[in-house]
Amino acid sequence: MTIFRPQSRTHRMMRNVSGYDRWLTFATIGLLAFGSILVWAATKNWFASQHLDPQYYLKRHFINILIGGAMAYATTLIDYRLLRAYTPIVWILGVLGLMAVLTPGVGSTVNGAKAWIALPGGFQIQPAELAKISIILGIAMILAERNGIGADPTDKDVMKALGVASIPIALIMLQPDLGTTLIISSAIVLMIAVSGAPSRWVAGLLLLAVLGGFVAVKAGVVSQYQIKRLQSFVNPSADPQQSGYQLRQARITIGSGGILGKGLFHGPQTNGRFVPEQQTDFIFTVAGEETGFLGCGLMLLFFGLFFWRAFLIAQRTDDLFGRLVCVGVIAWFALQTFENIGMSMGLMPMTGVPLPFISYGGSSMFATLIGFGLLQNVHLRSR
Amino acid sequence: MSQRSRLNLVVVQVLVLSLMLAMLGRLFYLQVAAGLKYQNAAVNITSRDIVTPAVRGAIVDDTGLPMVMDRPGMVITVDRSALAKMPDKGQALLKRVATLIGIKYSDLYVRTRLCGEITSGPKAGCWNGTLYQPIPVTKEATQAQALKILENPDIYPGVTAIPVPIRSYPSLAGENVAHILGYVGSVTSADLLNTGKKYYQNETIGKTGLEYQYDSYLQGTPGIKTVIVDRTENITSTSTATQPVAGNNLVTNINAKLQAVAEKALASSVMSARAQGYRGDSGAAIVMDVHTGAVLAMASYPTYDPNIWQKGLTTAQATALFSEADGVPALSRAIDGTYAPASAFKALSVVAASHAGYNLNSNFACPYSIKFGNQTFHNDDTKVQGTMSLQTAIAVSCDTIWYQIGYDQWVKDGGLRPKQNPNDFFFKNASLFGVGKPTGIDLPSEASGRLPDRTWKLAYYKANKNFYCNYTKKAKPSDLTPFLIAIAKEDCTDGYIVRAGDAINFAIGQGDVLMTPIQMTDMYAAVANGGTLYKPEVARAVVNPDGKVVQEFLPQINGKIPASSSTLSFLHAALRQVAVTGTAAGVFGNYPIQVSGKTGTGQVQGRNSNGTAKDPTSWFASYAPSNKPEYAVVMMVSQGGYGAGTSAVGVKDIYDALFGVTGNILDPKKAIFLTGAPPKAIPKIDVKNAVVKKQ
Repeated sequence: MTIFRPQSRTHRMMRNVSGYDRWLTFATIGLLAFGSILVWAATKNWFASQHLDPQYYLKRHFINILIGGAMAYATTLIDYRLLRAYTPIVWILGVLGLMAVLTPGVGSTVNGAKAWIALPGGFQIQPAELAKISIILGIAMILAERNGIGADPTDKDVMKALGVASIPIALIMLQPDLGTTLIISSAIVLMIAVSGAPSRWVAGLLLLAVLGGFVAVKAGVVSQYQIKRLQSFVNPSADPQQSGYQLRQARITIGSGGILGKGLFHGPQTNGRFVPEQQTDFIFTVAGEETGFLGCGLMLLFFGLFFWRAFLIAQRTDDLFGRLVCVGVIAWFALQTFENIGMSMGLMPMTGVPLPFISYGGSSMFATLIGFGLLQNVHLRSR
Repeated sequence: MSQRSRLNLVVVQVLVLSLMLAMLGRLFYLQVAAGLKYQNAAVNITSRDIVTPAVRGAIVDDTGLPMVMDRPGMVITVDRSALAKMPDKGQALLKRVATLIGIKYSDLYVRTRLCGEITSGPKAGCWNGTLYQPIPVTKEATQAQALKILENPDIYPGVTAIPVPIRSYPSLAGENVAHILGYVGSVTSADLLNTGKKYYQNETIGKTGLEYQYDSYLQGTPGIKTVIVDRTENITSTSTATQPVAGNNLVTNINAKLQAVAEKALASSVMSARAQGYRGDSGAAIVMDVHTGAVLAMASYPTYDPNIWQKGLTTAQATALFSEADGVPALSRAIDGTYAPASAFKALSVVAASHAGYNLNSNFACPYSIKFGNQTFHNDDTKVQGTMSLQTAIAVSCDTIWYQIGYDQWVKDGGLRPKQNPNDFFFKNASLFGVGKPTGIDLPSEASGRLPDRTWKLAYYKANKNFYCNYTKKAKPSDLTPFLIAIAKEDCTDGYIVRAGDAINFAIGQGDVLMTPIQMTDMYAAVANGGTLYKPEVARAVVNPDGKVVQEFLPQINGKIPASSSTLSFLHAALRQVAVTGTAAGVFGNYPIQVSGKTGTGQVQGRNSNGTAKDPTSWFASYAPSNKPEYAVVMMVSQGGYGAGTSAVGVKDIYDALFGVTGNILDPKKAIFLTGAPPKAIPKIDVKNAVVKKQ
């Protein structure tokens, strides 16, 4: 039971502003360093062989990290509780971005999905990445509303939260971006569970997810392109040149790394570009081949450290909004990490989601670092 | 904050932890537990072996003259992955290429298909390799054609030209030698299974003949460059490279000039048989060194141009090679054809008779015909009758003497109720002469012929009992004559018994007995050399590219024929008599070299495909010079008519060349072997100069 204590809250804010969680920052920097090396390893030899700048991707990746880092820092500056007031604006911006990608002439189609907005100067943004933040903030705001008077969310609150989330999720589904949809939906269920809302909601939503998935496939709501990917997950030899081929190559590439790996920049599969999207969605294959079990284990250790610290922050805060934001961010990162690495290793079907902190890609990097900033923000104001 | 909220947070923590552990577990499986499997898979994906074929060794004659050798050729390859990307699947491109290299589009189409892809229609020349390597469509491209392709990649996308060594048959003495040399081809998956040796995809290996038999010497070691490729098959680096090592050369006992003579003599004997009104469908001629078993020449008719294998076999050529109408040119009659030996068998009959206790120097009755039971057997080659010496009987080829001897011996062995341990003088001696056994000549797929002794009879009966006992149901309607039905009924009850007719026929080399021409040659060489049966040998030595002898093949003895010196003396006199006053006197009567031999005219059961009765097999088996034999020469013409009229004439042509005889006048300077015998030394090989000489 939480008791509303306005004085003590203000007091803590004053006292602990300088106190970031050092371990969380350490894990984040470790993962960013790891990712930078892998992005370089994935592209250096190939670009060199094409007589292009071998550091092209690395340089852009650094710029993304710097911008993302600035965004993360900016996120920690304002008290997240004040941020609550801006949540509707963030939400509207997210929805507008998602609508823009679906507008002909604005959104560009990559791999069968309309997920990008091309900006002048060769830059692209992926609104779905940033929309994740607005969805998490929106849900947290609604579910934590009644907490101010010491009560758990009611059925009405949950329905309101679902309503708020459904619009951006529907827009993401229309792209279609099945991976992001599933990750965000699952994160929402976990947030509802932690919010203290009636348990029937969690059970009901899980049931709905199973039924919905079944009906979607049967009724053909899910596109052919997605069914193909799912089929090739179940039976990789069904479509050996396309998605099945990619999954098989990914698995071989990771497996061939063995315990110690082939050494950075020395992976024949990576340098031969047998796996597609090596610097983005399939970046884990580069880690697998070139750094082996030791390198990949270290990477998972950093992720583990990150989640441990994030959970500590969620536990320590007395504020439900803060906790729900933490849970949302953790669920988002953890599920996306599992989907990305699981896909590369043949545990999960193929969906194009980036690996947080590691994959090359501006939008994803910005969103991830803002998520990190939110965690630090909650930490800063929870003591 | 509610209890439920805290509890659910723990649940979320457990969930995230389990996801982390799942990933770690899977990672462990992929990289540690199954790591080796994936490492091998990755090597297969990223490394490619580029095979530079080694120069294959030449096969040379006894003077060092190359009969087959590698020469530089230009191969044109088509890349199927490039074809697949074209809107018409490369049809227009293939048509352009077909026009450029001057072959039919349909042939080129077949050459660019995997053998497994062609489910119906002709598939000769189909590609045995994989889709991922460029497919060679011709090895005989000219410089001009190659340049056209290399200079116009836009007109010929996916097509390229590269120099490769190809098999070439210079035919410097006009020889063909196709059946002895055999041919080479791309290694197939069946070859990989059979030999158990490691070959590289599309490596060339010997398929038949000497190319097959001595493949391990001729082959050499290909140069292998292992490269690392990327997804688009671009080479990113080279991991290892070895240089090709040329194969060794094979020296044979064949004399190319003599071979050419034998081939010509055989062909003209076949033509002469046809001129006499016989069918003359095929034949063989063999010259052997009686002292070593060395095969000096061995011809088979019909033959084919060995170059067709290299140019890329067309469907029509492949069909022709095995077509019945063309006489199955691919078949070597000398070692694969089996025929009734007929009277040429009598050399063996004489030895059997001597063992049975007959006095070879006494006189025998030679009536025109003899009746055994209700069957009459009569003479065929001769009209001479009366009582005569056995020597004369051999010379004039009297059959009835042998019918009587064969019948008497059969009766002594128990007739239809054979004794426990019958003497079987004829069967046992035939076996010691090598009848029914391959000679072991150093060429693949030699036929063994057939020795129809009691064991064979029983085995044959067991295999065919069902057919005989249900003859009226299983036989072709045209074979349902009362006579054949009666025979089938008899065969059903006791078909395993050697009957009088079997024994009588066997004594003159008729009936079920079958021999190959090489067996016959080996047998007459043994008679000539005093009784030693040699293993016929084509190969003389293996010499490496620097001229060093790697291996020498010395004469090998298969056994001794069971003839005492007095029997041999009798045989020598009788076989000489054949050429002086007997059946071959018309050919060799005035010949300046003394020739000994025996004619044979084998009756053949069965009919030709057009329904005509088969003409007899014409044999002449001989050796010369009679007093100091050097060479055994045998010719056989299938459906060739009489032994004397067809084959003896062909054998004389061969002796003409061997000894330097022109129109019955001897000029030793014109002899093929000036020393009077085949060379003993291993010759020097000069492949390069040989080609220059030809050009």
